[in-house]
Parts: sequence; structure tokens; C-alpha cells
Amino acid sequence: MITAAAQEQATYLNESYGIKSWLLTKDHKRIALLYLGTITFFFFLGGIFATLIRIELLTPSGDLVSSETYNKLFTLHGVIMVFFFLIPSIPATLGNFFLPLMIGAKDLAFPRINLLSWYLLVIGGCFAMYAMLAGGVDTGWTFYVPYSTSYSNGYVIATGLGIFIAGFSSILTGLNFIVTVHRMRAPGMTWFRLPLFVWSNYATALIQVLGTPVLAITMVLLICERSLHIGIFDPARGGDPVLYQHLFWFYSHPAVYIMVLPGMGVISELVSTFSKKPIFGYKMIAFSSVAIAVLGFLVWGHHLFVAGQSVYAGLVFSFLSYFVAIPSAIKVFNWTATLYKGSISYATPMLYAFGFIGLFTMGGLTGLFVASLGIDVHVTDTYFVIAHFHYIMVGGTLMAYLGGLHYWWPKMTGRMYPEGFAKLSALTVFLGFNLTFFPQFILGYLGMPRRYHSYPDEFQVLHVMSTMGASVLAVGYAMPLVYFIWSLRYGAIAGPNPWGATGLEWKTASPPPTHNFDETPIVTTEAYDYAALEAAKVG
Amino acid sequence: MDSHTETVALREQFETPGQQKEASTLGMWIFLVTEVMFFGGLFLAYMVYRRLFPEVFSVASNTLNIVIGAVNTAVLLCSSFTMVLAVHAAQIGSRKALIVFLILTMLLGGVFLGVKAYEWNEKFEEHHVPGPSFYLDKTPMQGQAQLFFSLYFGMTGLHALHMVIGEGLMLFLLFHAYAGKYTPEYYTPVDLGGLYWHFVDIIWIFLFPLLYLIGRHHH
Repeated sequence: MITAAAQEQATYLNESYGIKSWLLTKDHKRIALLYLGTITFFFFLGGIFATLIRIELLTPSGDLVSSETYNKLFTLHGVIMVFFFLIPSIPATLGNFFLPLMIGAKDLAFPRINLLSWYLLVIGGCFAMYAMLAGGVDTGWTFYVPYSTSYSNGYVIATGLGIFIAGFSSILTGLNFIVTVHRMRAPGMTWFRLPLFVWSNYATALIQVLGTPVLAITMVLLICERSLHIGIFDPARGGDPVLYQHLFWFYSHPAVYIMVLPGMGVISELVSTFSKKPIFGYKMIAFSSVAIAVLGFLVWGHHLFVAGQSVYAGLVFSFLSYFVAIPSAIKVFNWTATLYKGSISYATPMLYAFGFIGLFTMGGLTGLFVASLGIDVHVTDTYFVIAHFHYIMVGGTLMAYLGGLHYWWPKMTGRMYPEGFAKLSALTVFLGFNLTFFPQFILGYLGMPRRYHSYPDEFQVLHVMSTMGASVLAVGYAMPLVYFIWSLRYGAIAGPNPWGATGLEWKTASPPPTHNFDETPIVTTEAYDYAALEAAKVG
Repeated sequence: MDSHTETVALREQFETPGQQKEASTLGMWIFLVTEVMFFGGLFLAYMVYRRLFPEVFSVASNTLNIVIGAVNTAVLLCSSFTMVLAVHAAQIGSRKALIVFLILTMLLGGVFLGVKAYEWNEKFEEHHVPGPSFYLDKTPMQGQAQLFFSLYFGMTGLHALHMVIGEGLMLFLLFHAYAGKYTPEYYTPVDLGGLYWHFVDIIWIFLFPLLYLIGRHHH
């Protein structure tokens, strides 16, 4: 294996061939690619539902689909995108591939569990898709009781089971990452030399491990209530429907940070690499990830402001929700401070990073709007909330995911993507995104409620703008699908370090060999030490 | 790959047996944390409803058989003791003692599950299973009483499921112990199996007072 460039270089891709070598692989890099294929499928599936929603909303009357079908469309869009795309997105693909590489490890601590977690996601996805094909589910992705337990005719149990199983996929990924970061670091790779992507995935893993089991038991209780009528959420037997909301959001609010924290980690890498500067405020960014993970568990009650929760609880939850702005702002300020006097290059990943910083800031600031009791009572259950969380999840997480995918694509495949098309797609995504979701802030503020397939005539202009934006967005998302596949064969050979980046992942071949490094790296410098990189090049 | 000459089954992602053991142990502890959060949802529900309906919960709790519950608690504590002895036997490399103590642990676990099944059966006969034929004496709040028994079956059922999984783990360990796979240098699976067994034991230590004991002084 060590005899280098004699013939063809030995990589994780050509080490073995055949379907079995992929479906039974224990290599974190191959598992990452399995995840990549799976979540890409779910992304476009969720996208189809979004497309149908946007087409329906072109006209004020509900003329394309019935209201029942519309209910199923937004439910399936939410379920697929949240549980089968956003939650696994960055950790399970980019994290899976690069966390071991970045800390100088041969693999994750538990490779077989890693493979198991992919199978769990697929099995969970099959349950959700069975529910979809059998007739769908119409409760909204939140499955609020008593509608979901007593009245809905949809396939609540199959969907709930799918989410339960996919949840264990997420738990096992988190468990694997925590143990890997604790026990698998290369010699010299101290905690404060870890790339910030590793810190943010570590913080994410804490939430996955502590939060997801609560979602699991909530789904079990929901299924038992619906099938056996155990009474736990049924007021007729003294049960409390609001308890369901507490349990659900105890996971599902922190889940927002499962989705966005890894994205923040990607942005830290991109901003440093494409400014050729050590990240400003390394420790503050690292700790702010952990702070977000911790604070994330204390704010779930802001989803219950109008659910009959005590006003005093609302007050406390509102106050605590503001606190999340502090570590979030620390990150944004430190990224912009890193740019200052940097030698900035506008490669595609950096365009996505700029997009992220702007859109996440918008999403974060409107998060403060909805965290304050008075304003939330006005905008709750309107398009304002929809716009807010799409700015975080699509404008934030998805931008970071695409930025990271472009950044690490050369490492994963050994090939460069076509820069011109990629820049065009980044621009298209940014413009399409804003055209889709900015009008929704206005719509929501004017009183357009969510989850309706018809609306008063005066909202049509804004809805048409939004649908136009969604069409542009769809083009922006389709482009990478095409040119990434194209690049596998025709892309320029990347070389080990096309960006001049500092991480350990750039010190091995592209694509890396099966065991990542020919010999275990020994770390002697801080993260993002460009001076050391230059010195090594000259020496 | 040929550098490790020890008997330890070192997986290729690790550098040393020590690293492998530490990673596995940490992984098990984190898994147990997820279990705490998983059971936590049920404990929360129990707390909320116990506080909302203290009287009916106390009446319902009084129908549980405290003697059987106490005996079962003792059985489970004994199984934890034999588990500790099994780990010790593995540590000192006594294959025979390891096998004996694993079998004893399984037997005690089996007794616990048998007693639990007997108790559940009693509930069916007394019409204390939530559903159309449910009836509890001495309270007009039949709905809330059913809530107590839903929680009772939910919590003890989930616990019993974990016991069954534990029995499966013990069987796995037994096979490997019989094959002589464990040595004083490598007995991590026995250690981790023990951690799991004790965890399930501790869950019961919380369930017993919550379901059987609290509120008995009202009567």
C-alpha cells in the first residue's frame, strides 16, 4: 500500500469493486457516499412536494389539489426534509467523511455501528415512503394530538415508526462522533487544535445523543395512544395534549441546532480557507457551538406561546430564547472579523459561505421577532414563521451543505467541479432563495396563515413572486446534480490540496486511501496555521 | 495488522488495545445516557400526572402487590451481584466461574421476568388493564386510574423489554465465554454487558418506589 505512484494510486474508491463492497463497507468514506446518495434522493423527493405546494399557491383558489391533498403535501414535505434530509445532511455525509480525516484517525471509533446507522435511515425512510404511497399523512410534520391520535385518517403510525427508526440512526451517528473525537485523535491533535468543523459536529452530537431519545419515546407514546388509546394525551382520561407538545419540542427545537450547527462548522472552514487567514476568535467560536447546544435545550417552550402554556413560563422561555442570539452573533462577528484584511478568493464555496452569513443573519434576527411574546402572538402560524425557519434551514443549513460539498468534492472524488457553472448555480440559488422566501415574511406579517391551500386575492402577487423564486431555486439545485456527476469523469484532476487549505484532510491524497493516511500524522501546529503551511512548502 | 501478537481482537481503526477498550467503554456510557433520556420521557409523564391526580394514583398504586414487587427487587439486586462476580471472574481469567455466574445472572433475570408476567396476568384478572373492561374500586375517576395503569404497563413493559435484551446479551457472552474468548487482557464485552445489566437494574430501583411505594401512607 505504501509503494506510491507506481501504477494507479490506491484509493478508497478502487480498493474493491461490486455492490457488496459498498453495501457491507465499514469505511467511513464509503458510508458517507451511501448517505450522500440517500439524502440527495430524499432532498429531491421533498423538493417535489415543495414544488406542488408552490404551484397550488399560484392562484388564490384551491384549484390544483384538494385541501386534504394539500395537507398531505406540506406534511410529507416537512417530514422528508426535516427527518430524512436536514438532520442527517451535513453530519452523516461531510461529517462522516471528514471528521476522522480531520483528526488524523483511520476511521470512526465504531465502523460497524456507522454502517448500521445508514441502514436505519434507509429502513426509516422506507416506512415513511410506504406511508406516503399507501395514502399519505396529513397532520403536519409535528403530529399534534389529538388530531394525529383520534381524527386523522392518514398513516400516522407508519410515519411515526419511520421517524423512530431514523432517530436511532441519528443517535448512533452522534454516539460515534463523540467517542471518535474523545478517543481517536492523532498524536498532538489537542482539543484546541481541532478544526472548528469538528467542534461543531461534536456539539451537534451532544444534542443528537441527549435529544433524539426523547423524540423516540414521544413517537412510541404517540403510536400507543393512536393504536391502543392509552390515554396519555387524551383529556377524557386526564391526559394532556400539551404534554405531547412539550415532549415533541424538547427534541425538535434542539433539532434545529442539529441542522444548523454543522453548517456553522462548514462556514468556519470556508471563511478561513478562502481568506487565507487563521480564524478570528477560535476558542470563542468553538465554545459558542457548545453554548448553542446547551441553550438549545432550554428554549423549547417558545413553540407553545399560544398553546395554553402559563404566561410566566412563556416569559422565561422568551427570555432564554434571546440568549441563543449571543453565541450565534459571536460566530457571525468572528467570521466577518476573519475576512478583515484577508486575501479573499471568490471561489464557489466562498460564495455559498457569504450567502450563509447573510441569510443566517436574517433568519437569526427574525428568530428574535418570533421569540418575543407580543410579536409572536401576531405572527404565530403565519408565513412569517415559515419564512423565518426556511432562512435558517435552507438559507443556512442548505447553503452550508452545498458550500461544503463544493469545497470537499475534490477531496472526495479527486476531481474538480466546473467553477463557472458552480458560480452560476451559487448565484441562482441565492437569488432564487430570496425571491422565494422574502415575500413570505411580508405575507405572514399581513396575516397569511400557514397550511392553507387557498387565500384572499390580495396575497396573490406575493405568492406568485414566491413561486417564481422557487422555480429559480429548483434550477439552482438541479445544476450541481448535473455538473457534479459530469465532473466524476471529466473534471480536472484536483491534487491533494487544491485550495491551499490547512486541515489534515488536505495532507493526504485525493481521493484518500482506505486507511486515510499512509502513516499516522503527528500534529505540531494550531488549526488554520497558514504560516506553517507556507514554511513547509518552501522547506 | 501483523504487529499485534496478543490474544486481543484489535480492530483495525485502533492503534492500541487500551484505546479500543476506552472507546468501547465510553460508547457504552453514552448509550446509557441515551437510555436515561429515553426512559426520561415516561418518568416525566408519570411525574406530571402523579402531581395532577395524587389521590387516584395513590388508590391505584395500592392495588399493586408490594410483596411480589419487593421480592422481585431482591431478585434483581442479586442478579446484579452475580453480574459483578461474573465480571470479576473474567478479570482474573476464571472461565469456569465466568460461565457459572453468567448462567446465574440469566436465571435470576428469568425469575424476575416470570414474576413480572405473573403480576401482569393478575392485572388482567382484576380488570386493571386499560381498555373497555377496566374497573378500579374506590375511585370515581376511572379515566385517570387507567392513566396510572397505562404508565404502569408502559414503564414496566419497557423495562422488561430491556431485561429480555439483557438476557440476549448474557447468552451472547455465555457462548463466547464457553469458547474461551475472554482473558484478563480482553474481557471488555463482559464489562460492558455488566454496565448494561446494572443500568436496567437501576431503572427498576426507580420504578419500584414510584409505582409501588409512594403514596401508600394515605391508606
